[in-house]
Amino acid sequence: MATVRVQEAAFDLAAESALLAAGRTDIGGMASFVGLCRADDGLAALTLEHYPGMTERAIAAIAAQAEARWPLTGCTVIHRVGRLPPGEPIVLVLTASSHRAAALESCAFLIDWLKTRAPFWKREEFADGRERWVEAKAEDDAAASRWEAR
Amino acid sequence: MKILYFAWVRQKVGRAEEAVAPPPEVTTVAALVDWLAAQSPGHADAFANRRTIRCAVNQDFATPDHPVAAGDEIAFFPPVTGG
Repeated sequence: MATVRVQEAAFDLAAESALLAAGRTDIGGMASFVGLCRADDGLAALTLEHYPGMTERAIAAIAAQAEARWPLTGCTVIHRVGRLPPGEPIVLVLTASSHRAAALESCAFLIDWLKTRAPFWKREEFADGRERWVEAKAEDDAAASRWEAR
Repeated sequence: MKILYFAWVRQKVGRAEEAVAPPPEVTTVAALVDWLAAQSPGHADAFANRRTIRCAVNQDFATPDHPVAAGDEIAFFPPVTGG
């Protein structure tokens, strides 16, 4: 059963890793992905909106897919919402398994599917006051679809 | 039924949610979109390009031919951009 959280507060990768490993001796490797807010073209902040209820359900369904495809001993997904300036962490995906391949592959799968299947929307706010909604990218769809034939 | 709007769909419609009672012939997502688009200029603007709108029925992604009924929670939003 994965741990899934949607929150405004920052997360602590070391603390979350320690939680997944606590009391276990069967973990051979953990993989993590942390997505950060990048300062593109004078970006002042991103504001992340989500669909309370559906977002948590969608992430839990994606995590259940990962657990069905790879032998994981643990899985944590934390996604932040609200206003995040450049440099702030946005999303954490953490996976643990007996062997590294399962941890690494499932971590990549989770972030690829999360980007295209979990209801979040980013609005960009620029230093000159302009605002715009981020548009979905074709390369994200391509990254997500590479897991479909497996 | 309860309708929810997110991101720029919410901004164009001018509200985050509303309760609606469409006529009985509105039995699919596509028919609901046609009916909603006629409710106000803001709705018409939000649904002007249907290909850019995604839908969820009772918190699961749904296609235009998905059935809708009284009591459903139906959400409209742009393609997702999280992660």
